[in-house]
Amino acid sequence: MNYKLGTWAVAGLMAASPVMADLVFPSLSYRTGPYAAGGIPFADGYADYFTLLNERDGGIGGVMTRVVECETGYNTEKGVECYESTKGEGALVYQPLSTGITYQLIPKATADDIPIHSMGYGRTSAANGDVFSHVFNYPANYWNGASAAVNHILDVNGGDISGKKIALVYHNSAYGKEPIRTLEKLSEKHGFELVLLAVDHPGQEQKSQWLQIRRERPDNVIMYGWGVMNQVAIQEAANIRFPMENFIGIWWSGAEIDVKPAGDKANGYKALSMSAVGDDFPLYDDLKQYVVDAGKAAGAGDQLGTVPYNRGLYAAMLAAEAVKVAQEMHGEADITSGMMRDGMENLVITEGIMAANGVPGFGPEFSVSCQNHGGDGLVAVTQWDAAAGEFVQIADFAPTDMEIIQPLIDEDSAAYKAENNIASNCN
Amino acid sequence: MFYREAGDFSTTYPQDSQTFPIKFDRWRYYAVLFVAVVIIPFVINDYWVNSIFMPFLIYAIAAIGLNILVGYCGQVSLGTGGFMAVGAYACYKLMTGFPEVSMFIHVLLAGGITAMVGVLFGLPSLRIKGFYLAVATLAAQFFLVWLFNKVSWFYNYSASGQINAPERDVFGILITGPNTEAWATYMFCLIFTIFSAVVARNLTRGAVGRQWMAIRDMDIAAEIIGVNPLRAKLTAFAVSSFFVGISGALFFAVYLGAVEVGEAFGITKSFLVLFMIIIGGLGSIFGSFAGAAFLVLLPVLLKIIGVDWLGWPTDIVAHLNLVIVGGLIVVFLIAEPHGLAQLWRVAKEKLRLWPFPH
Repeated sequence: MNYKLGTWAVAGLMAASPVMADLVFPSLSYRTGPYAAGGIPFADGYADYFTLLNERDGGIGGVMTRVVECETGYNTEKGVECYESTKGEGALVYQPLSTGITYQLIPKATADDIPIHSMGYGRTSAANGDVFSHVFNYPANYWNGASAAVNHILDVNGGDISGKKIALVYHNSAYGKEPIRTLEKLSEKHGFELVLLAVDHPGQEQKSQWLQIRRERPDNVIMYGWGVMNQVAIQEAANIRFPMENFIGIWWSGAEIDVKPAGDKANGYKALSMSAVGDDFPLYDDLKQYVVDAGKAAGAGDQLGTVPYNRGLYAAMLAAEAVKVAQEMHGEADITSGMMRDGMENLVITEGIMAANGVPGFGPEFSVSCQNHGGDGLVAVTQWDAAAGEFVQIADFAPTDMEIIQPLIDEDSAAYKAENNIASNCN
Repeated sequence: MFYREAGDFSTTYPQDSQTFPIKFDRWRYYAVLFVAVVIIPFVINDYWVNSIFMPFLIYAIAAIGLNILVGYCGQVSLGTGGFMAVGAYACYKLMTGFPEVSMFIHVLLAGGITAMVGVLFGLPSLRIKGFYLAVATLAAQFFLVWLFNKVSWFYNYSASGQINAPERDVFGILITGPNTEAWATYMFCLIFTIFSAVVARNLTRGAVGRQWMAIRDMDIAAEIIGVNPLRAKLTAFAVSSFFVGISGALFFAVYLGAVEVGEAFGITKSFLVLFMIIIGGLGSIFGSFAGAAFLVLLPVLLKIIGVDWLGWPTDIVAHLNLVIVGGLIVVFLIAEPHGLAQLWRVAKEKLRLWPFPH
């Protein structure tokens, strides 16, 4: 027995001992807890993309990649522990997939010179790169999402929604509260009435919120939910027979696993999107050949093609592209986290780049600059087709109301800047 | 052989009533203090302080606080998370309102404010006891979390409802914010932990502590022999909340740096601290430390063994972690219902007789 344990320990140590010169991408994942439904496919997609790069291309620019996974359970304390335990391995970029953990890491990572990519989550005003030197939230942020949802409702209603009533069902946390201010401004501009309904963590109990929706009879419902909250909300909406085509979720509330429990009744549910849906991309052939069939898929390997998996792929692809930019800028293949930050700040994603990676039209085209860490904020709309069992993109990537959003970003980031005495990042 | 009173002569009353009457114990205590204060700060790094020492020290303060209320005074409380939130938000408002004041004063004031809130929520304890009091403190937990979510004055009207600790210092040494040194935050928390433990230890073996214990053991009898239940219960709530408030302030300002009330100070936190004192030992200062260490260090240890050494998938390890910690709690409670502190006491008794047990 002792001998066996010893062998295991030695084997484990050998497996865990670091390989020299590699690009380390920590994955602060959550495969357990009430948010695992979204955390598992994202983590799988993130890991599989880097596995593919290693297997097919021999890494990025000739340097192998390594994904270090650490389980956070969507818990901020564990997030801190994960950050501290992985940063020493030469972490290039953090993608915590949690707004709470992102808030926590913003000052820490900035001090440690490690960039954070909070793709479509985290602190929205981090789009102002002048203040948040190490935080990036391209291609779109929460406020783009709020505006895109309202824009879509405008489109459906022929451009006039004055006097309408729109309810926001939100996760009662930093994540869910983010869009409120934007929606309030938009309600002034377009003359609709905003009803706020908070759902407390983890969101399994929403009877009272949906009772209120039944009483208030809003014309549209926007949802900022995550994890188990999504499934419950869609089920409750189906129970009160709320018209699904008037129910629109942010991109974190639009996965197959969220709508499937409600069955056919979920048909017509809409969700915003910042990356494409489905597995009809050349990349998936490579994934199958090099990763899945080779038995190297992360997790159970059963998440391919789902919305959050695609988003994990997308996040990994943007990270890999930033590495290429950084390698070119600094003329060094084995880059550091500081160089990675420069790469992210000069990232340009075009249709050509996406096609070259085997994912044409996977996300919007955008470019990052020193001032603008948020990209161009283009958002698409998808709709659930219950019969086919897939999300279908019904509106292409479209711009959002930056007239409303930009002043809010400037205001919030200026407050952060003053509060923390931050020097300008851009000259 | 070494662990006994023989040969250690007390010549004054203070000497006779000291906390560690046995020489060996006293030297061990000094050795632990020496290592904690003089050696660890020089060898510590970010990982050790943020993953292990800081949570341990901060949870130890919270456990000491709750132990005074539950273990010494017998008033069951499920409001620890809420009171920690009071400490955190009080500290945040003080830090942003008076940036030039030293962090020491902010943390102490945050503890004082929490003590007042604790007394307020302790008032029902005069009428109700046991499970009913637990439910009343549960109400405090939910009310306080709701309050900090609802009233935007508490988080300075920030869009997300998060509070972020700005950079603050003590005598020019940064204590909060991202640019702190590992040893500085460690020492800051350590000072508060030692302070809390010493104060709690001396309170519980003095007149106040004896009143608390009298109330715990039988409140009617205590009242008959002249213990004022109003004073005893409310002082227990005040002192307990004071320590819990300090731990909440440190938890937010020094350890996490950014906090969201529902997630950081929810009901799970109340249970976590309660489990700490149950596993550690009710009515024991050492038990508070042991319980905090058990519940903070064990998950980290299991993670290191499972993920870093054995290379198992992270989700399996996370699930195993729950199974093992849960199983150990059950085993401990069956094998030793009085907690780790009782094991320690038994060990000391055995040690006293060693090596001639008969």
